[in-house]
Amino acid sequence: MARVVVEVMPKPEILDPQGKAISGGLTRLGFTGFGEVRQGKRFELEVDGEATEEVLAQAREAAEKLLSNPVIENVVAVRVAEDAS
Amino acid sequence: MTAVAADPTAEAAAGSGVSVGVVTFPGTLDDRDAARAVRLAGANPVNLWHADSTLSGVDAVILPGGFSYGDYLRCGAIAGFAPIMESVVAAANAGMPVLGICNGFQILCESHLLPGALIRNDHQHFVCRDQDLVVENADTAWTSDYEQGQTIRIPLKNGEGGFVATDEVLDELESTGRVVFRYQGFNPNGSLRDIAGITNEAGNVVGLMPHPEHAVEAGFGPESGGGIDGQGFFSSAVRTLVAKG
Repeated sequence: MARVVVEVMPKPEILDPQGKAISGGLTRLGFTGFGEVRQGKRFELEVDGEATEEVLAQAREAAEKLLSNPVIENVVAVRVAEDAS
Repeated sequence: MTAVAADPTAEAAAGSGVSVGVVTFPGTLDDRDAARAVRLAGANPVNLWHADSTLSGVDAVILPGGFSYGDYLRCGAIAGFAPIMESVVAAANAGMPVLGICNGFQILCESHLLPGALIRNDHQHFVCRDQDLVVENADTAWTSDYEQGQTIRIPLKNGEGGFVATDEVLDELESTGRVVFRYQGFNPNGSLRDIAGITNEAGNVVGLMPHPEHAVEAGFGPESGGGIDGQGFFSSAVRTLVAKG
């Protein structure tokens, strides 16, 4: 059983209030080594059988159509999970 | 003992012959208020369910507020692909008046009937207040009973109401008169260019974050101002549809 990983991030020019809140939390806890934080999403799509090029193409399409909103987000990765379990 | 008064909204639901569908998704909250606003405007509200595939012959559709599908993935993202939305998108493209309020606005953006997207409020908090809006376009199916430049006050309640789009899209919306409402006095959620509501090219599809359906009856809307500034949305649609025949 293979898995396809899709990663989505808010576009750099779009404000990320969640990231801002996390950044504030880090500072309060004394983690002072970090600046801006941005929060994205990771999806794991289970594949019946092999993760073929066709399956990856389908995952890329799904990433653009449903998993991300191109107005505010970028799909930064669509790849086969390395730790096949 | 006082007799229980008859539902005043039932009496008004008479003459126009116009029927307006109100879609309920799992997690929708304001469908009954929207239906009530339709009734008070003299039209018949028709309950539509997210899993329906037809619009039951309605003349217009309202996508009400709430948290459809629990706001999972992104607000309005799952609802945008609900079975009923295929019919809503087709009808909207054919000219049917469609109004999206709050979560309904998010659904209209996610289903590409309107451009742009709504993101989390810039100040990170849920906001609930009586909000002043300027009517920037009194020429849509849902705003024709207002005056251009009129200020109205209706409730606003959202966590993810920040309207964003590229500069090109924003410029196009401005230059073609498609900004329908702008926040006045205070921008409650970081919306770019103070945009509270927009319309499509044809002017039949309108989406906005604030809630006109909560300001349609004296005593139940905002305490300051008239409290009934939302009525115009529903009367506009009824008038537009009656005029069409």
